[in-house]
Amino acid sequence: MTPNDLLKRFFGGDRRALARLISIVENEDPRADSFLNEIYDHLKGAYRIGITGPPGAGKSTIVDRLVQNCRQAGKTVGVIAVDPSSPFTGGALLGDRVRMTKTELDPDVFIRSMATRGSLGGLSKAAQDVADVMDAFGKHVIFLETVGVGQSELDIIRTADATVVVLVPESGDSVQAMKAGLMEIGDIFVLNKSDRQGADLAYLEIQSVLQLKPVRGEWRPPVLQTVADDGKGIDELFRKLQDFYHYQKERNILSQKFQERVENRVRRYLEEQILRKYWSPETEKQFQRSLKAILERKKSLRQVLKEFAP
Amino acid sequence: MKERKIRVLIAKPGLDGHDRGAKVIAASLRDAGMEVIYAGLRQTPEMIVEASLQEDVDVIGLSILSGAHMTIFPRVLELMRENGMDDVLLTGGGIISEEDIQKLEKMGTGKLFGPGTNTNDIVAYIKEWCEKNRRAVEKEEVDS
Repeated sequence: MTPNDLLKRFFGGDRRALARLISIVENEDPRADSFLNEIYDHLKGAYRIGITGPPGAGKSTIVDRLVQNCRQAGKTVGVIAVDPSSPFTGGALLGDRVRMTKTELDPDVFIRSMATRGSLGGLSKAAQDVADVMDAFGKHVIFLETVGVGQSELDIIRTADATVVVLVPESGDSVQAMKAGLMEIGDIFVLNKSDRQGADLAYLEIQSVLQLKPVRGEWRPPVLQTVADDGKGIDELFRKLQDFYHYQKERNILSQKFQERVENRVRRYLEEQILRKYWSPETEKQFQRSLKAILERKKSLRQVLKEFAP
Repeated sequence: MKERKIRVLIAKPGLDGHDRGAKVIAASLRDAGMEVIYAGLRQTPEMIVEASLQEDVDVIGLSILSGAHMTIFPRVLELMRENGMDDVLLTGGGIISEEDIQKLEKMGTGKLFGPGTNTNDIVAYIKEWCEKNRRAVEKEEVDS
């Protein structure tokens, strides 16, 4: 496939071209920049929904259910499901698809599994670009499912228009400890597996933590109880996501978020490029020498820092 | 450009629930540095090919223990061709007789592996195939 072919097929709605473009972007292939330029004009402002929460909370199952709701509402859907790469081998086992079977052969649902490839923020570095690619392809709603997170993998808020934090009754005890981080980023909180013992108590604990939170704007993050396995509570969650969309749209918050996202991405990209330019192979050699000097106690750590960043 | 990861989809078609083999292979490929999309049990050929298309994998690996291999492998091959996935390797393993393996390989599958295969052999085979195939594809892209 030549680059022109690929783009033509992409804009013609060819799913294989979409898959290939995502790979090119994810692999930082030299062609990625020009493709991303080409599609930028075609961004249509898909609703980007982030789903995050601890491992095993039911994120994939909830996405699977929500995708169904979207389809019933006539919306086309893209899903980006992120799982961790091993820091030792670089390999990854991407298993979210196993739980996403409700709309499996629907041509208007496109699911892509991604590995973090060294990113620590709960998403993969290319996730934003991949969301752009899906947006330009014409997807109305894009779900971004993070890896199972603890307290600090919060990249999702800089990526999504709405962030859903999924917890389970067993998270109850740690909700207190999560006051900072995860408990601050949700626009909607979901207590999944709420048919389990301890759900009521956990629900109250989540509520009480949220009540202590300073309110920004008029939106008070609701807490919903779901049992994703049999679909309980999912319609309500879908409605809240729609409400939140309209709430943001009416107040221009969506375009504000878009601006912030653009600024953030440009900054990150520049940081990376500047570092790459500044850190030549020659600098790396010098750095290795200095490192040795530190270990041999010929220089102090601070002295070396000064050498590199005077 | 960073080193391109090998992406593999592992699925276990058929109605029985014996996915131990598929999981062992998935874990070995992961430990060899590949990105493995685990599609799980009870997959139809249609689901397998659609998922592989979306995930843009280099390799599809099927574990078939039910005796249905002479139906499933040809059907997957057919769907792959329909979707223009001629640069994707279809491999797999399970309880398959030597005779059937030869027939299937002639139809266009890659190497198929029987019980007792060392996982290192499968890793080596996939790595080698990807290296060769990618070079061919890149050459084609430069030429066109």
